[in-house]
Amino acid sequence: MTLNPGRLAALGRSELTLLVRNRAALSVALLMPLVMVFVLRTSVTGLDGAAAVGEATLTGGIGMVLMLVVYMNLVSAYVARREELVLKRLRTGEAGDLEILAGTALPAAVLALGQIAVLVVAGSLALDVPLPRDPLPIAAAVPAGIVLLAGMSALTSAVTRNVESAGITTLPLFLLTSLGSGLFLPTDVLPDALASFCELLPLSGVMALVRAGWSGDAGDGDLTAAALTTLAWMAISVFAVQRWFRWEPRR
Amino acid sequence: MTDTVIEVEGLRRGYSGGFEAVRGVSFSVRRGEIFALLGTNGAGKTSTVELLEGLAAPSGGRARVFGLDPYTRRAEVRPRTGVMLQEGGFPSDLSVAETVRMWGGVTSGARPAGEALELVGLGARSSVRVKQLSGGERRRLDLAMALLGRPEVLFLDEPTTGMDPEGRRDTWALVRELRAQGTTVLLTTHYLEEAEELADRLAILHEGELVLTGTPAEVTATRPARIRFTLPADVPPAWLPLTLRAAAHGRDVEVRTGRLQADLTELLRWAHDHGVELGGLDARSASLEEAFLEIARNRGSAGGRTEDTMAGTR
Repeated sequence: MTLNPGRLAALGRSELTLLVRNRAALSVALLMPLVMVFVLRTSVTGLDGAAAVGEATLTGGIGMVLMLVVYMNLVSAYVARREELVLKRLRTGEAGDLEILAGTALPAAVLALGQIAVLVVAGSLALDVPLPRDPLPIAAAVPAGIVLLAGMSALTSAVTRNVESAGITTLPLFLLTSLGSGLFLPTDVLPDALASFCELLPLSGVMALVRAGWSGDAGDGDLTAAALTTLAWMAISVFAVQRWFRWEPRR
Repeated sequence: MTDTVIEVEGLRRGYSGGFEAVRGVSFSVRRGEIFALLGTNGAGKTSTVELLEGLAAPSGGRARVFGLDPYTRRAEVRPRTGVMLQEGGFPSDLSVAETVRMWGGVTSGARPAGEALELVGLGARSSVRVKQLSGGERRRLDLAMALLGRPEVLFLDEPTTGMDPEGRRDTWALVRELRAQGTTVLLTTHYLEEAEELADRLAILHEGELVLTGTPAEVTATRPARIRFTLPADVPPAWLPLTLRAAAHGRDVEVRTGRLQADLTELLRWAHDHGVELGGLDARSASLEEAFLEIARNRGSAGGRTEDTMAGTR
C-alpha cells in the first residue's frame, strides 16, 4: 500500500487548520505537555541526584507528549471527523483508508516530533542533564510510538460516541501508560511480577527504548525485547483498526 | 467500451441487526443517461447507492461501475466517479475555499476552485465557514465537490433536499448540462417532480425491492387515467353509460380508465345527447405521484405508512 504525498499533505493541511481553530484541542496539544513536565519534575521519586531526576523528567516528558499530543488529540479528531461524516465523504473520493487516517494524524505527529525535539534540547540545558548518549533508539522509538498511538487512538475512537466522551474513553490507556510504562516512576521500583506485566503494556517498549537511548547503558537483549513489544503492539493495532474502526456514526 | 456504465444484479444489503434494506435489486444505467431511484424514506435508495459508491460490499448479488466492482477495485473506480452523499461530510470549521482546496488535493485533475464554486453559484461565499452556510448552500458545496474531478459518473443522493425552489431549478439545469456533456447521473430523490423533470429513466424502490422501471412516461402509462366530474342533482349516476367504469360518491363521479380518449369521448357524447351539464370536469393521465402512491398502497404489507408520504407536489 502506497501513500500519495499530495493527498496526505492536503488532508494534513486542513486538519492543521481545524486544530488551530479548536481552542480546547490546541491547549491540550500545546500547554498540557509543558504542565505535565513540571508535574513530572516534582513527582519523580526514588532517584538520587539532580541529573537522574532531570533525565527521568525528560524521558517521562517524551511519553507525555506522545500521550497528550498524539493519543488524546487524535481520538477527538477521529471522532469529530466521523460524526461530521467527513471520513465517510473522504472515502467516496480517491484517498485510501490509510491515507485518510494518516493525513488526519499528520499535524499531531509533526507537532509531537517538534515538541520532543524542543524537550530534548531545551530540557537538557534547563535541567542540566547530559544529552542522550545513544540517540538511535530514541530516534526509532519516537516515530514508532507516534504510529502506535495513532493506531490506538483510531481504535479508541471506535468506542467513543462523541467528542465530549473522549475525555473518558482515553482515560484507561492514559492512566495505564502513566503508571505502568514508567512515565512517573521507574518500573524497577515495582514488585517483580507487576514489573514484568508492565513491561508488556503498549507504550512500555517505546519508553524503555527512550530511557535506554538516553542513559546509553542498556543491554542488547533489553533493547530487542522493547523493540519486539512495540512491534507486536503495532501489529495488534493495525489488525484491530482494520477490523473495528468506524468510518461513520452509529445510526 | 460498453455502453452500460452501471450494472446492478440481484443486489442485496443486510445490516448487522438482521434488517435487509436492499432485497434483490437489478437495473442498469447507460452512458450519458440520468437515472433516478425513487422511493419513500427507508425504501433502500441510499443503501443501494452506497453499494455503487463502493462504501460497503453487498451481502448478495453484484454491483458494477465501468464493469468493475466499486468496493474491491476502489482505486480504479474513484477517479472516474463523483459522489454527493445524502448528508454533509465537510468539517464545519473550514471555510468554503479551504474545503475546495482540501477536496482538490485528494482529487486528480481537479477543476480550479473558482470554476467549481461558480458552477453551483457559491462564488461569492468562498470565505464563509461551512457551519454558517444554509442547508441549500451546503448541498451546493457538496455538489461542487462531487463535480470537482469532472467525473464520468455522478452519484447524487437527494441532491436538492433543503434547497429553495430557485436553487432546485439551478441544480436541475446544471445536471441537464452535465448530461449534455456526456456525464452519467444516478440520482435518488423523494421529490417526484424532480424525477419527472430530470430522469431519462427511473426505478421505483419500495421496501428494498424494485417495483417498476421505465421512462417517466412508461411508468405513468401503467396506471389508469382519471376523469372526474359532478352530476346535476336531478341526474342519478345510474344513468351513466354502463361501459364507463364509474364510481360515484353522491353526485361526484370518478372514472378510472386505461383508454382515456375513448371513454372521455363516450362520456361527452352521452352528456351532449342527454343535455347534461358536467360540473368541474377534469380528465388527466396518471401522474408519477399517483403511480407512486398507488404502488406504495398496493404493496404496503404493513398497511399504508402515512409518515412516509411522498413530498412531490406541483
